Parts: sequence; structure tokens; C-alpha cells
Amino acid sequence: MGLDIRIPLGVMFTILGLLLTGFGFFSDPVIYQRSLGIDINLWWGLALLLFGALMLCLGWRAAGGRTH
Amino acid sequence: MHPREIDWVIMGVYFVFVLGVGYALRRQVKTSTDYFLSGRSIPAWVAGLAFLSANLGAQEVIGMAASGAKYGMATSHFYWVGAVPAMVFLGVFMMPFYYGSQARSVPEYLKLRFDEKTRGLNAISFATMTVFSSGISMYAMGLLLNLLLGWDFDTSVWLSAAVVLIYILLGGLTSAIYNEVLQFFLIVFGFAPLVFLGLKDLGGWQGLSARLTHVATAQGFAPQAWSSTWSQMGDPTSNPMGVEWFGVAMGLGFVLSFGYWCTDFLVVQRAMAAHSMSAARRTPLIAAVPKMLFPFLVIVPGMIAIASTQHTGASGFVLPHKPDGTLNYDLSIPMMLSHYFPHGMLGLGLTALLASFMSGMAGNVTAFNTVWTYDIYQAYINRGASDHHYLNMGRVATVFGIGLSVAAAYVANHFNNIMDMLQLLFAFVNAPLFATFLLGMFWKRATGHGAFAGLLCGTAAAALHHGLTLPRGSVAGIKGGWLALLHAYPSEMAQNFWTAIWAFTVCLVVTIAVSLITRPRAENDLVGLVYSLTPRLRETDQAWYARPAVLGAGVLAATLLLNLIFW
Repeated sequence: MGLDIRIPLGVMFTILGLLLTGFGFFSDPVIYQRSLGIDINLWWGLALLLFGALMLCLGWRAAGGRTH
Repeated sequence: MHPREIDWVIMGVYFVFVLGVGYALRRQVKTSTDYFLSGRSIPAWVAGLAFLSANLGAQEVIGMAASGAKYGMATSHFYWVGAVPAMVFLGVFMMPFYYGSQARSVPEYLKLRFDEKTRGLNAISFATMTVFSSGISMYAMGLLLNLLLGWDFDTSVWLSAAVVLIYILLGGLTSAIYNEVLQFFLIVFGFAPLVFLGLKDLGGWQGLSARLTHVATAQGFAPQAWSSTWSQMGDPTSNPMGVEWFGVAMGLGFVLSFGYWCTDFLVVQRAMAAHSMSAARRTPLIAAVPKMLFPFLVIVPGMIAIASTQHTGASGFVLPHKPDGTLNYDLSIPMMLSHYFPHGMLGLGLTALLASFMSGMAGNVTAFNTVWTYDIYQAYINRGASDHHYLNMGRVATVFGIGLSVAAAYVANHFNNIMDMLQLLFAFVNAPLFATFLLGMFWKRATGHGAFAGLLCGTAAAALHHGLTLPRGSVAGIKGGWLALLHAYPSEMAQNFWTAIWAFTVCLVVTIAVSLITRPRAENDLVGLVYSLTPRLRETDQAWYARPAVLGAGVLAATLLLNLIFW
């Protein structure tokens, strides 16, 4: 099949997760009034990071299995 | 709230990845089968998510939230009575014939099972329909992006058309399918926090239900009308949909949903691209699992929007009004995105919307180019050309398919009524389809003449029924009653469901009657195409829990449970 979609999926969500987490960390807390006081960028960014990492792990493990 | 830098960066990342996937796949397309059917090489879970995502276009996301606001939890009938059982039926009973017959498209199956004219009728109506539907959803997208991003209509339409065009041209169906997987996860991750924030704002599910009782009583319904699925379905006057249980189960469930999910090439193509028979059968079953949870992602936001409008939560969200003073339900999700999401998440939410638009468009385009090339061009225009020629024709078809969709979007922008009329016409053509496939796959006596006559009469019956009935309170015309008025339905939805029931029944009866007086095909020709003449599949190579029948039963049991919980 050539391309394992989990790799681009993992990379994209890792990048999005880093962007959101980073922005959530440094942004002015005033903007989180609209999200009911929750720093949704930080928390949801972490969730995206976790999902991205999981996809990368699954993709790499499958790739490792094929080369052996 | 318009996006700022961080939001644009997030949207930019998405664009880079969808185009990148197309670019990475450019060398894999060597034959027409690679381009149109991904060389039948897709794993089941990828095909399953693409199956779901291709249908998850703008109309689905925006429309389901709007219905959630208008009708409440009962909207989930579209999932829990409609889509999920139909997907199980497709995987367990129908996929063996679609995949096993080696048909390259749904119309081609009709050619193998019935005859050339039945295929022609289906191929031409399907191709026209997909192009226009894609145009209509592009139009909706243009309006929405104008509101949310401040882009003008031309920029939105041309930019999204160009992105979809590039990635399909590069990687064909594989590229569309892989991107649909990215799009699926973006839609889920983009909208899930919206539901969380909305519910939190209203005090959780309890707070939502409490507010929905005010919504219901304010419009003269029983208090639980917006938060239950079946309890108010005994009588059409006691629920906002204006339908009763029989219309829901038969019209929406059996006829419309089975008709769409089991025969529409847009979704079936994803399963046909799977790498083996068992993967093809598992495709719709895998898709059914997230599908049954989708009401919480797309319908609940609409319910939150209307509940909050009736009796606001701490943050004071209200739905905007249309110029005519009625609430603009279609803006439930877009307005909630810009109300609850700070910059950053706003970018992700908008990316989810863009992803849903693009997955829907790519679904239409890939289905169109395949049906055009195999079922119209190869069948009627240029029969014996080389495979390379058809591959190139597929690329050309991708360009003019998207071109026609863009043109349709502009027509819709200028003449809204034409599009309403076309959609009505498509509904007539689609309504009887499931009867034809049901008889074709499960009754060996059904003949080509029978199927053709049944389809024509079924479509005529749909038009006739529509011409003779009207939803209460509407004027005769596009809403129905353009011949005479024999019956008034409590709502437009009830009228639609019954139009479908009539079309299905007439198609069924006519197909049977004409088949009985015409000559049947030799049984040898029907092996692999009809249930009773096809050897049963042995699924012994899989663990018991991965067998389609077991998966299907599990999915149905879970769906039944959801119906009971939200009764």
C-alpha cells in the first residue's frame, strides 16, 4: 500500500497539538473567558499531542514489523 | 470573531497535509483501477473511516445540528433507525455481491445483474446528481466561509475546489480516502470540545434537558418532546417532526436510509476499494461504530443552541435570527464555534468545518469520475480503448466534474429555486432504488425489464405522490400539491417519508409483476450476483469476533440500547 496513513495522521496531530499547547501556555488568560475560564488550548492541545503520538507509535511499530 | 494568526497557522497545517498526502501518493497511480478503486488495497479501518467521512459533508454537519435545534433528540432517528441498521445490512448481506461480482461501480453491478438500460438509467442520474449536490454544498460553504472567515464567495469556492482537485488528480481515490481519514479525526477533534463547553455552560445534560422542557412547552408540546427519541412518536401532532413511528421506521429507516447507505456509490465505493472481501464487508460495520455516537457530536450542539437561546446559560449564547425573523438554525455550529472557542481552538474548529466540506466534495468527485469513466464513457462513448486512456479520462473527468460543481455553486447562488427543484427531482429518482437492489440481490427471478420498469414507475409514483399532497400550512408548488390536493401531511418530513414509502412500494410491485411476465436470465449467469445462487462465504480465516455477522449483531445491539436509553 506504500503509505501508512497513521504516519501523516500522527505528524499532523503532533504539530497541531504542539501549536495549541504552546499557544495555550503563552496566551493571555483573558481570552479564555469565552471558554468558561478553561484554558482549552492547553488541555485540548495535550489531547491532540497524545493522539498524534499514539498514531506515530502504531505506524512505526507496523513499519518495524514489515522490515524484519 | 474573525480568525487571527494562530488560527490561520492551524488551517495552513491542514492544507499542507491534505496536499502532501496527495503528493506522496502520486507515484502509486499506474492503472485505472489504482485511480478509481485504489487498486483494491485499502485496509478495513481506513475504508471504514473514509466511508463515514465521505458522507460527513457540510450538509450533514450543518443540517444535523439545525435539525437538532428544530426537532431535538428525535433527530437521532437518522442514525439509530436509519444509517446504522442500513450499514449493517450492507456489510452483512449486500457487500458479498458488490465486491464478489468484481463490479467497479454500483451501476456496473446493475449491468451485470440486470441489463444495459438499467445501468444507463442509474449511471446517468447518479452522475448528474453528484455534480449538482457537490455544487449545492459548495454554495453553502461559500456563504458560511464568508460569514466566518470574511472570505468572499469566489475565493472560498475556487480555493477549496482547487485543493480538492489537486489532491484527487495526484492520488486518485486513495488520496481522497486517506484524506478522509485525516478529515474524520479533525471533525471529531474539532467539534468534541464544543459539545463539552456547551454542556458545561448549561450545567451538563441535566441542565440541557431542563432547558429543553421550556423549549418544548413554549411550542405547545409535551415537556420531554426535545429530549426523547420515541416517547412522542405515537402521534404526528405530539412531536415537532410531525411524524409517527411507522413513517419513521418504514419511510426513514427502511426506504430512505437503506436506499442511501446500501446503493449510493459515493459510500459503497469506499468499501469496494478495500483489500479483500472480508475487509469490504467490515468497512460499513467499522463505520457504524462511530456513526452511532455521532448524534452526540452533531445533533447535541443544535440542542444546546436552541436550549441556550430559550433560556441562556452563564455565557449567554443565543442563535441569530434570519432576515424574516425566524431563528437561523443552520448557524448552530458555526455560531457556537465563534462563541465558545478562543483563538487557537477557533482555528481547529474552522479546520474541522473546512475538512467536512472538503471530504464531502472529494467523495462526490471521486464517485462522479468513476461512474462517468466506466459507466458512461466506456459503456457508450468509447468502448475498446486502452486502460491508460481510461485513466487519463478519469483525470479529465475529475477536472470537469469539479468545474461543473463550481458552475452549479454559482447557479445556486443566483437561482436558489432551481436547486430546490433539482434536489426534489433527485429525491424522486432515489426513492425507489432500494427496491430494485433488494429484488436484484435476493430474488433470482427479477429481470432487467422488470427492474427498469420498476425504477421508472417508482420515480413516477414519487412525483405523483408529491404532486397530490402538501405539508399543512404550505402553498402548492415546490412543496407539493402541484396537481391536486388529496391529502395534507402534518409536516414536510412526514410528506418526504411517505413519498419514499410509495415510491418503494410501487417499484417493488411493478418490478415483480413485469419480471413474472418477462423471460428470466439463465441461472448460470447469475452466480455471484444473487443470494440463492451464490455459495456461502466461509469466514473461517478470521477470529469469531471479527466475522461480519457477529460484528453486525454487536453494532445492532448497541444501537438498540441507545434507542432505549434515550427513549
